[in-house]
Amino acid sequence: MSALAERSARAKQRRAGMSPRPAATLTLLCLFAALAGTALIALTVGAAGIPLARLPAALGLWGDAVTSPLLARDQLVVWSIRIPRIAAAAMVGALLAVSGTIMQGLFRNPLADPALVGVSSGGAFAAAAAIVFTDSHLGESLRFLQHQLLPVAAFAGSLVTTIVLYGIASRGGRTSIAIFLLAGLAIAAIANAGIGLLVFVADDRQLRDITFWMLGSLSGATWSKLTALAPVLAAALIACVPIARGLDVLVLGEAEAFHSGVDVERLKQMSIVLVSAMTGVAVSVCGVVGFVGIVVPHLLRLVIGPAHRLLLPASALLGAILLVGADTVARTIVAPAEMPIGILTAAIGAPFFLAMLLRQRNLVSL
Amino acid sequence: MSALLEAQAISMTVSGATLVDAVSLQIGAGEMVAIVGPNGAGKSTLLRMLSGDLRPSRGTLRLRQRDLNTYRPRELAQHRAMLSQHVNVSFPFTVEEIVSMGAGESPRTAARGLVRAALDEVGLAPFRSRQLPTLSGGEQQRAHFARVLVQLACGEALHGPGLLLLDEPTSSLDLRHQIDLVETARRRAKRGTAVIAILHDLNLAMRFADRILLLHRGRLAVDGDRAAAMRAETLRKTFEIDAAIEYTGDGVPFLLPQTMRPAGQAT
Repeated sequence: MSALAERSARAKQRRAGMSPRPAATLTLLCLFAALAGTALIALTVGAAGIPLARLPAALGLWGDAVTSPLLARDQLVVWSIRIPRIAAAAMVGALLAVSGTIMQGLFRNPLADPALVGVSSGGAFAAAAAIVFTDSHLGESLRFLQHQLLPVAAFAGSLVTTIVLYGIASRGGRTSIAIFLLAGLAIAAIANAGIGLLVFVADDRQLRDITFWMLGSLSGATWSKLTALAPVLAAALIACVPIARGLDVLVLGEAEAFHSGVDVERLKQMSIVLVSAMTGVAVSVCGVVGFVGIVVPHLLRLVIGPAHRLLLPASALLGAILLVGADTVARTIVAPAEMPIGILTAAIGAPFFLAMLLRQRNLVSL
Repeated sequence: MSALLEAQAISMTVSGATLVDAVSLQIGAGEMVAIVGPNGAGKSTLLRMLSGDLRPSRGTLRLRQRDLNTYRPRELAQHRAMLSQHVNVSFPFTVEEIVSMGAGESPRTAARGLVRAALDEVGLAPFRSRQLPTLSGGEQQRAHFARVLVQLACGEALHGPGLLLLDEPTSSLDLRHQIDLVETARRRAKRGTAVIAILHDLNLAMRFADRILLLHRGRLAVDGDRAAAMRAETLRKTFEIDAAIEYTGDGVPFLLPQTMRPAGQAT
């Protein structure tokens, strides 16, 4: 079993007198290398294939685009379409995986995921409401702000959902896994009913936009969206540093974490804001993409253990790898058409989730 | 010498029900105190108030002559360590990682020695690389006890003898490990730590505590030595049992329950 393998690996490490630090650095380096490799593959494949040999020229490292129309096309594809899209996939993947990791730490529950328990739906509902509202006569004056309004609305929707969920699921410092999942299900249903209502009143163009939120797609990635994503990702990753130890200790329960000197209320507030901001911004860029936040931290815990100091940055990297890979598949599998990436991650993630649930059933009672 | 921990008429009322009613006590350094009492007497609530986890509805609590509520969590953790009754760990942390959590932000090298010593003390050194959720209930409880010992040691290194609070620390331990745990706590008390433990087993409490706090319906029924708590009349009133009280060779009382309370007399 993997747990056994992990144990024997650790025992070996200890016999060799190694501290766990080189392993941490090594893990992060391997993940970096894998991300670079995945991104490279993603650059070369697509509706317009760019073989590896043509890639340096397409990136503008050499060659003259004026004299070669093929090169001009390659450069256009790489710089205006693929690079922003790959970068967006990587950043969204990192955001979703890290917010999933924080959420699992916060709820002390490896089955938590922002999309599964309605936090993404809450964000998508708020975003869809913003689309319909700014298009209506009432919101006409705000229409020019639609672009900026969407991430804010998605963040607000995610924040409200997370706070409601936390309020329902934790009582007296303990979180019931069953109540948490059921409450998440109900909240997702409410948000989806809201989206359904918006679909009902929406016109054709709005309908297309809203459908996009619900299925999730990275096809709308542009440089300007990247400038909104990058600062949030950077800020969120920096904010993870001071909460990592607190999240570790929180595994003991809120009372024990407090007894151990953790300012639990502050940690909870920071985690909730972080999860909501990260999920909200990810949703505003690519709609609802589920299960990244559940698959990534689980796989990593098997290999590097559950300590958040390493788990959080490693999750960011593996989330990026996973989403860049999934997006590459989504845009090539039915080329020249595109499959919504949310369908793909759900198709991979949902069976994974069920497998985890079955394993958990044997270990602990929900 | 002034008291380490001082409670003045602390009460806890939750939606109209008074769980703890005007309890006053002083605990000095090096004392070994057992809280006993029937189910629902308010033992855990009292201990959680003493730990700073619950804020009393009325009354004041002072730790080292300073209002307990003015301590920030990290500061408080350096003065008192507490072991809760049920601690569930859902992620695969190893025993060593869990025990190290007691060290907080202490320097790694200093913490490593303390962690090793605590693991040896609770007899879990061979299990240090095992994942905690794979251990038995009793082994997990010992691991958490080791974690609390590390926290206590880190705090005492900074501020001198502190406060160790234990909520039914022996509940899932076998007889030998119950005795081991209480002996370990006693050793800490000898070095100046004030130990307050909720114990269900009255005989264990008599054997190891110098001072007994007997709670009954939220009130402090007895605060005194073993002889004061172990009176047939007191036990009948509080636990509603008839018990024969005997004495060991060295004068420690122990009880043998005789009969249940006659039927028909409601609690």
